Amino acid sequence: MNYNVDKKGYYGSFGGAFIPEMLYPNVEELRENYLKIINSESFQTEYKDLLRNYVGRPTPLYFAKRLSEKYNTNVYLKREDLCHTGAHKINNTIGQILIAKRMGKTRIIAETGAGQHGVATATACALMGMPCVVHMGAVDIERQKPNVERMKMLGAEVIPAMTGSKTLKDATNEALRDWINNPVDTFYIIGSVVGPHPYPDMVARLQAVISEEIMSELQTITGNPEPTHVIACVGGGSNAAGAFYHFLDRKNVELIAVEAAGEGIYSGYSAATTFLGKPGVLHGSKTLLMQTEDGQVVEPHSISAGLDYPGIGPMHAHLFETGRAKFISATDKEAFQAAFMLARTEGIIPALESAHAVAALETLTFKNSDVVVVNLSGRGDKDMMTYITRKEEFLTKN
Amino acid sequence: METTTKISNRLTELFQKKSNNLLNIYFTAGYPAINDTVTVLKALEKAGVDMVEIGMPYSDPVADGPIIQQSSLDSINNGMTIKTLLGQLKDIRKEVTIPILVMGYFNTVMQYGVEKFMQEISAIGIDGVILPDLPLDEYTEHYQTLCESHNISNVSLITPNTSDERLHVIDNITQGFIYMVSTNSTTGNDAKKTEDNHDAYFSRIKNMGLKSPRMIGFNIKNKETFEDACAYANGAIIGSAFVRMLSTSKNIEADIIQFVQRIKN
Ligand SMILES: Cc1ncc(COP(=O)(O)O)c(C=O)c1O
Repeated sequence: MNYNVDKKGYYGSFGGAFIPEMLYPNVEELRENYLKIINSESFQTEYKDLLRNYVGRPTPLYFAKRLSEKYNTNVYLKREDLCHTGAHKINNTIGQILIAKRMGKTRIIAETGAGQHGVATATACALMGMPCVVHMGAVDIERQKPNVERMKMLGAEVIPAMTGSKTLKDATNEALRDWINNPVDTFYIIGSVVGPHPYPDMVARLQAVISEEIMSELQTITGNPEPTHVIACVGGGSNAAGAFYHFLDRKNVELIAVEAAGEGIYSGYSAATTFLGKPGVLHGSKTLLMQTEDGQVVEPHSISAGLDYPGIGPMHAHLFETGRAKFISATDKEAFQAAFMLARTEGIIPALESAHAVAALETLTFKNSDVVVVNLSGRGDKDMMTYITRKEEFLTKN
Repeated sequence: METTTKISNRLTELFQKKSNNLLNIYFTAGYPAINDTVTVLKALEKAGVDMVEIGMPYSDPVADGPIIQQSSLDSINNGMTIKTLLGQLKDIRKEVTIPILVMGYFNTVMQYGVEKFMQEISAIGIDGVILPDLPLDEYTEHYQTLCESHNISNVSLITPNTSDERLHVIDNITQGFIYMVSTNSTTGNDAKKTEDNHDAYFSRIKNMGLKSPRMIGFNIKNKETFEDACAYANGAIIGSAFVRMLSTSKNIEADIIQFVQRIKN
């Protein structure tokens, strides 16, 4: 079974490039160039140098002793939260901006949900001296204020998306519209493994550094590069794609993707796409999509803005369909409680997104010999407002 | 893949009879009210438009600007679905004779079932489809034979950035017309038209010697922009400006007649 993208841009029956003709030349130009650029020595040298000296890679693979005792197994945290700007998103934006530069693009646009991708894009743009426009849902602008201020301080223009649910899906629509209106000079830095081919593959390759490091770190620590489990949360799926990438063909490694169940999978306020979705087309790819019988996209819900998306990347739809990855979910409350648990057990405040992955430790059972890697995709600074205001509601014992 | 089976429908017949100043009006199905679809359609025929394009609403219309986004949203909230629309149009050929195209995003058609959709619209007497996010390769590989076997014209878009090579491929498979997007823009983007110099693009396409008829759309909004477009193509398509008029109309039929008269006379 091939879990990577095929020549036509598909993962099994998912993927493709379902874009209006207005975007065809842009996407085609990228498709023709991305592998050439990524594989070039000049790109690799510059990318690796920036990951090391600017982003702060490799990030630690931390053996979480107290967490391991609590769950009677061996838990390792892949500390993407220690990346510059506070999440894995910057691995991707640094890579894409280097590609954009090599393609002669002079203006950068992005969509953002939690604001982490927006901040990571604004950061990369500041670093390269390029103008940056970030589209962000009006609802997300409210709930992720600190990140909005960070983007502005970094020199980016933040444009509120006022349509639909005013969250990540709508920000992505607006970014696509921006690209349609400015096709020649503009490069669209997509923040997850979503969008038309080649984006899912390009972003997965740029995040693959996560699993590459996990393997060498585990080799050093345990003498075996393979964990028994890799757990990651899935919004669009970029941190999961990066954490899974080098394990896709290593069948001994169980891959676990955690979706946001919101107020409960079947509550009507959920973003658990593999449970609620059907094959459909959104934002340029055929994938699993939460939608009505008539094909209207359903507005998702999650306490975590980064997971508040009605689809998943086509690669994950394929991993789900083939059974290569196991898809589970965590509710708002479970994630919230996991965040406090992690803070008090290990002294690490996770992003709400990442807290969904941590919550899986509670749901799953492990052998005490298992080696469980949890991808801690980001830190919780941006979520402090939510942690403060909803503490009463979620932490009362019953 | 590029061999086509010649089809014949009201659209292909229209272009044989008339080759200039064709007016195509876009409107969103089920808008302003759910039962306005047929009313609008009949008024447009009466007003003398040459063909119509009925929008099937989608929650995430990325190629559209604010006006058509809003009409789509209202239409969905009014309860419009493909099933409802085809029900409304069931007997349309008893009353309306001009070519009818349906326009929509691929997901809604995919959920309805592409084969069932083509079969049913063909049976009703719809002549063409415009699915802007169904790419050319997907169309030729999976749906071209289906469309042609049902006498449905699939309308492809081209833009100022479409390469000559691709233009020729599109020209070869087109049955009906090529939809020339006037500028790099979403629909109804007023800011665009004035700043972009379109002459070079319009003339280049006009002088390419394509065999397919061409209609220019996006940001055509009044007599002036309509006539300008008609100088370079077989006709033009008005969407957002018409939908904007509908959004405030107190008397749809009278306003439609007046809107069309202002363009044509
Ligand atoms: C910390 C963090 N983790 C995870 C995600 C979800 O995105 P993805 O599934 O692409 O990793 C986000 C998105 O904003 C994020 O900020």
